[in-house]
Amino acid sequence: MNANSIAPTRRAFAFGISAAAGGIILALPPISSFAAQLVGLRDEPQGRDPSEITAWISIEADDTTIIRVARSEMGQGNFTTLPMLVAEELECDWRLVRPEYADPAENIARDHAWGDMVTAASISIRGSQSYLRKAGAQARHMLIEEAAERWHVPPDECSARDSVVTHDATGRTIRYGQIAEAAGRRSIPADVPLKPPEGWRLIGRPVHRVDVSDKALGRPISSDVRLPDMLYATVSACPAFGGRLKSFDASKVMNMPGVRYVVAVQDTAVAVVADSWWQAKKACDALPIAWDPADGKGLSTETIRETFSRGLDASDVAIGRRIGDVDKVLSGDVTIVRADYEVPYLAHTTMEPMTCTAHVTGGRAEVWAPTQNGEGTLRNVAAALGIDPSKVTVHKRHLGGGFGRRGLAQDWARMAALIAKQVDRPVKMIWTREEDIQHDYYRPMVLARQVAGFDAAGRLIGWRVRVCGSSILVDLSPDRLVNGQDIEMTNAFLDEDMAYDVANFEVGYVMRNTPVPVGFWRGVNHSQNGYFRESFVDELAHSRGQDPYLFRRGLLAKGPRSLAVLDEAARRANWGQAPKGISQGIALVECYNSVTAQVVDISVSDTGELAVRRVICVIDAGHIVNSSIVEAQMEGAVVYGLGAVLYGQITLHEGRVQQSNFHDYRALRMNEMPQVETYLLSSGSKYSQEWGGVGEPGTPPLAPAIANAVFAATGQRIRTLPLANHELRHGHGK
Amino acid sequence: MVELIINGDVHRVDGALDTPLLWYLRDELGLTGTRFGCGAGLCGCCTVHVNNTATRSCSITLGDLNGSSVTTIEQLSANGLHPLQQAWIDLQVPQCGYCQSGQIMQAAALLLENPKPSDADIDAAMSGNICRCGTYPRIRAAIKRAAYGQISQGARVGRPVTP
Repeated sequence: MNANSIAPTRRAFAFGISAAAGGIILALPPISSFAAQLVGLRDEPQGRDPSEITAWISIEADDTTIIRVARSEMGQGNFTTLPMLVAEELECDWRLVRPEYADPAENIARDHAWGDMVTAASISIRGSQSYLRKAGAQARHMLIEEAAERWHVPPDECSARDSVVTHDATGRTIRYGQIAEAAGRRSIPADVPLKPPEGWRLIGRPVHRVDVSDKALGRPISSDVRLPDMLYATVSACPAFGGRLKSFDASKVMNMPGVRYVVAVQDTAVAVVADSWWQAKKACDALPIAWDPADGKGLSTETIRETFSRGLDASDVAIGRRIGDVDKVLSGDVTIVRADYEVPYLAHTTMEPMTCTAHVTGGRAEVWAPTQNGEGTLRNVAAALGIDPSKVTVHKRHLGGGFGRRGLAQDWARMAALIAKQVDRPVKMIWTREEDIQHDYYRPMVLARQVAGFDAAGRLIGWRVRVCGSSILVDLSPDRLVNGQDIEMTNAFLDEDMAYDVANFEVGYVMRNTPVPVGFWRGVNHSQNGYFRESFVDELAHSRGQDPYLFRRGLLAKGPRSLAVLDEAARRANWGQAPKGISQGIALVECYNSVTAQVVDISVSDTGELAVRRVICVIDAGHIVNSSIVEAQMEGAVVYGLGAVLYGQITLHEGRVQQSNFHDYRALRMNEMPQVETYLLSSGSKYSQEWGGVGEPGTPPLAPAIANAVFAATGQRIRTLPLANHELRHGHGK
Repeated sequence: MVELIINGDVHRVDGALDTPLLWYLRDELGLTGTRFGCGAGLCGCCTVHVNNTATRSCSITLGDLNGSSVTTIEQLSANGLHPLQQAWIDLQVPQCGYCQSGQIMQAAALLLENPKPSDADIDAAMSGNICRCGTYPRIRAAIKRAAYGQISQGARVGRPVTP
């Protein structure tokens, strides 16, 4: 595959699976109408795709409508919702739509015709809805103009619907497929009006997902890719963060069945490559490896806690937001409330462990990657191999879960490329679950100290927040640092993501980096900071003897959008009227331009056992594209957040992670699943022209809502997570 | 040498009998619908049927399977969609999809043994299968739909739309 040979302005396109001359042939037969995107392999470029109208849309003679997707499908529904945005304006028959990944190499070659491919920060819809709808409208205009020209009538006498253009006066019709090729040669109109929300026919509806049938049938996704002559690899990475590979003795395993290669991955890991994954795994287990713990020596949760704890008193504070003079107010005549909080490192544990398939030969690399960041994968592979990005092809694969693990952190892609570089055949690398848990980019362990002051009239007049932990951006996105500081570590307390009105407020971050990798975890910094903030607000309410919901209402005089969401959650939950034995907790978090509030109902048994009964979830994401998918995202966010609040913790000893699999890094299970009720409170453009995200916003409120409910039930204030570390008292319930 | 039936075909395997069934299915036979999640019988991703019983294929070796009959997700729909698969589609259950083969095979084994499971039966049968995307509420609803032919009360799921 040669990215340079792609026509510069028109995307080369060939659907279906066929043998590429000199390329790689897939061993599997076609499996569905989505075969091409599922197996990820295309033919060699064949010049201009005659059915391409614009980069986003191709319409074939039979009206099949290919809509390209730049972001990734990792379960959140992008393969359905992003094409819905295009189809809404294109006025095509939705049943004819076939989504297909835009190719990262072509995106670079075509001057980013498909924009940004990063699938993170709940950005996919809110970051691309305007140009996707525009792309649909542009193509519709081109089709209508083409039809009008053929009929010698003005375009504004024609309309389009269900992939047909109609001349309204005479009733003449023509199908999109009949004119697509000619329409694609017309100039692309610069400005096209978009439908007002009242005119939407697709957007907002619970349209069925395009990927569900294949997934229910067990058809190939992600690491299910199979290539002729493919070998399998698994790895053993240095168990201690900050450590490195000293030596290994390949001779001890080279004679084991199926073993082909034992290779070092720089000085960080060793890979065994074999005819089957199991053979590689067995040999990897038997391989003698000597590690030098280096900087990992003596590194533990306790030493990190000590460092962060000192950081809370340090003077090298990066101020995220400052209103008024909090120091002056808090040293005055006020009633002080203070509390320290702590959250542990958290692993992502995507259901599919880290995996990537690569073939490196003749100065080129071809990669099959379940990636949240197709172009990032391409550039990381190129950099790891020291080759020009134009020599790399990335076939995007649907992910077996992402949650932030497979976005800016591309360690797994670089590793697969470096292994494949030393092997003369394609290699599928799959980590064990143990490697996955012990070599993650964790949600940061963070300590927080909050101090607040009430004046004589009982008004909250000062609130200071300090957080200390390791910066995500330093490693993964240094371009986002401001003067070397990572202000995003104070998210959930910043101007755009905290609606509470406090006259004197300050949030600051003290950066203390360690060898432990930290990264983006569903909800990112809003998740731990949302827990700190909403638990502390609960403490403030109780310190005044006030109802936590009503106390929040009092702080939201200048936050009508948040107030509406909070009120709706309280109303739906019958706040304050829980049945006997049930205790409630409430929390509100603003993030990714959405507002989410949750009320949880819990019970605590005589023996201190917690049961989470119900979660009421209200989200205002501005506009909703697919209501069924938004509900699914809220259910998923609750599962992800609840597993973490109950059990999630990664601890370290001598630089090594102490957890290894689902027995000691537990996930939520079916029997622990509460009832989740989601209510969509879509405010449209009432408060913001920007649309809101839905993938992440459901997670941050869950932990504080649970912790606040535990306080209501037992009187215990949970200032460290997970709950598994606390012995709950007998619930006094109601 | 062991002889076993996989999706109706007889397979004779000589050597490497310590290979877990999972990797024989995936790497040798190309039956990739059965997936690797933990390698320790903790997550249920790799669930198949062995003699109609839900079994973690990562934790049973070829040597254990002489004379056994194995069914994988690929075979479940051999004669058209299994009612569970239809319910999975109707109620839009999967998100990333990676664990779903195991979930469906686990649920199919439950319905073989207990065609009308209660909520408690479903929880008991399904709690060994982890889903990190959080499809549990819809899995519950889909099992009930397959078993009882309707959406259970309280299941909030999308409806098909033909615009």
